Amino acid sequence: MYVMIREVENSLHKLRHIKEEGRKTAIETIKEIGKPATDPSARVDRYLDYFTIGPQNMDPAGIVSKLDHILDVRDDRLKEEVKLMAPQIQNDPVQINNLENTLEAAMALNFIYKVVRHYYIQGKKTLSLYVIMQLQMILPMVMKEADAYSNALKAFANGQPIGDGAGPLVAGKLMHGYEARKLPKDCVVATVPLEGRTVFVMKAEGPGGNVGKPGDAIEAVIEENEGKIACLIMIDAGLKLEGEMVGEVSEGIGAAIGGPGVDAYKIEDKLTKYKIPNYAVIIKQDIGDAVTPMRKEIHDATDKVIERVKAIILERTKEGDKVIIFGVGNSIGVGQ
Amino acid sequence: MTQNNQTQSTNANQKISTYLTMIVLIVMALAVTALLIAGETYLAGDQLAAGVLAGIGLIALVLSGFLLYQSKLQSKQVKIETPKVMTTIECKCGDKTVREFQRGDYVYKELDVPCPKCPTTHQMITSIYKEVKEKEKTYNV
Repeated sequence: MYVMIREVENSLHKLRHIKEEGRKTAIETIKEIGKPATDPSARVDRYLDYFTIGPQNMDPAGIVSKLDHILDVRDDRLKEEVKLMAPQIQNDPVQINNLENTLEAAMALNFIYKVVRHYYIQGKKTLSLYVIMQLQMILPMVMKEADAYSNALKAFANGQPIGDGAGPLVAGKLMHGYEARKLPKDCVVATVPLEGRTVFVMKAEGPGGNVGKPGDAIEAVIEENEGKIACLIMIDAGLKLEGEMVGEVSEGIGAAIGGPGVDAYKIEDKLTKYKIPNYAVIIKQDIGDAVTPMRKEIHDATDKVIERVKAIILERTKEGDKVIIFGVGNSIGVGQ
Repeated sequence: MTQNNQTQSTNANQKISTYLTMIVLIVMALAVTALLIAGETYLAGDQLAAGVLAGIGLIALVLSGFLLYQSKLQSKQVKIETPKVMTTIECKCGDKTVREFQRGDYVYKELDVPCPKCPTTHQMITSIYKEVKEKEKTYNV
């Protein structure tokens, strides 16, 4: 038990250090970019402790719209908070999004540290071998995640593209040079002629750190075209299993989108209504790669994805059809 | 055009738990005492007792030294690595340069800096990525 406690203790020291570094980076970035008149430390500390209470699920009917509303309120609230912390960038949505992402990474580190500390103290207080043992067993995964968030924080602060931005990067490559218009919410679409088809290429608006609301955006484009869409192709970063290579490209069907499920629900709902087939292409990476600056392997894989997408379009649709391609993920550091 | 992928590391707080240090120091002191008593016992003529005491003292000394060394090693390993991120800038003429990432860079950003080969054209950022040199451990399964 002593050995296990020591191990947890060492990891906890490391977590505290990572968390403190994260807080420091967030405060320094706010001071550098936002030029606040007063010290933002107190406000940052308050931000790091923010929580979100999920909707009541005793009667699950309508829970998706409730969750959607809660997430919207959370996002607006956090953005407002960032604007108060950094008044100089109030009218710069790119910097606001990047700062919000930076603070969210710091928030995640703070949360991980507090939870590990909680179980450590509880284990010591109750002298329970099982509490300590459970904590010690999951520590490698927890530390890996904390390391990932620590690196993510710097990427967000600097506005660098991250591994999760593979989808938007593919969409960016396809839509670059064509006029892009805005869609709800925080997404963009460009109409691109490809292999004789009309392709609506969509992504979250960049280059600020933003994932948009793909559900609303896809819904809008399907409705604009009265459901006459031959297929939807979603491109996203997918978590790889151990043993798989970073940057491996895989193909499948279904809504390739993470998050709390609201967007996946909306997309599936609309696709079912109009009987639109949904294909997915993913670029494999682990959690560390997904939130840290984009690796070369992932960047290079985007060209392979474009080839796969073209093959899907040629095999599954006819000339003159309309197709939607959505590059799902965080558009940080990726323009259009 | 170099693409160094050095990493900067920040050493964490290298403090070792005072509790552990105290235990190690007490064990060390006891080990030294055991060795001294072993010496005295040897001089007094009891070779067997001297041998046992010397053995215990030496083992305790080595173990406590090893524990102290391991703790120092572990606390030194606490570091955060910052990978170098590179930005590729391209021109329509095909000229390509790679430099370290600067804040404000993003993919498809048009730069105000004209191309050195064709000064009338503006360059554009085409990619931003990090290169991880260390190879992932493979398992033959």
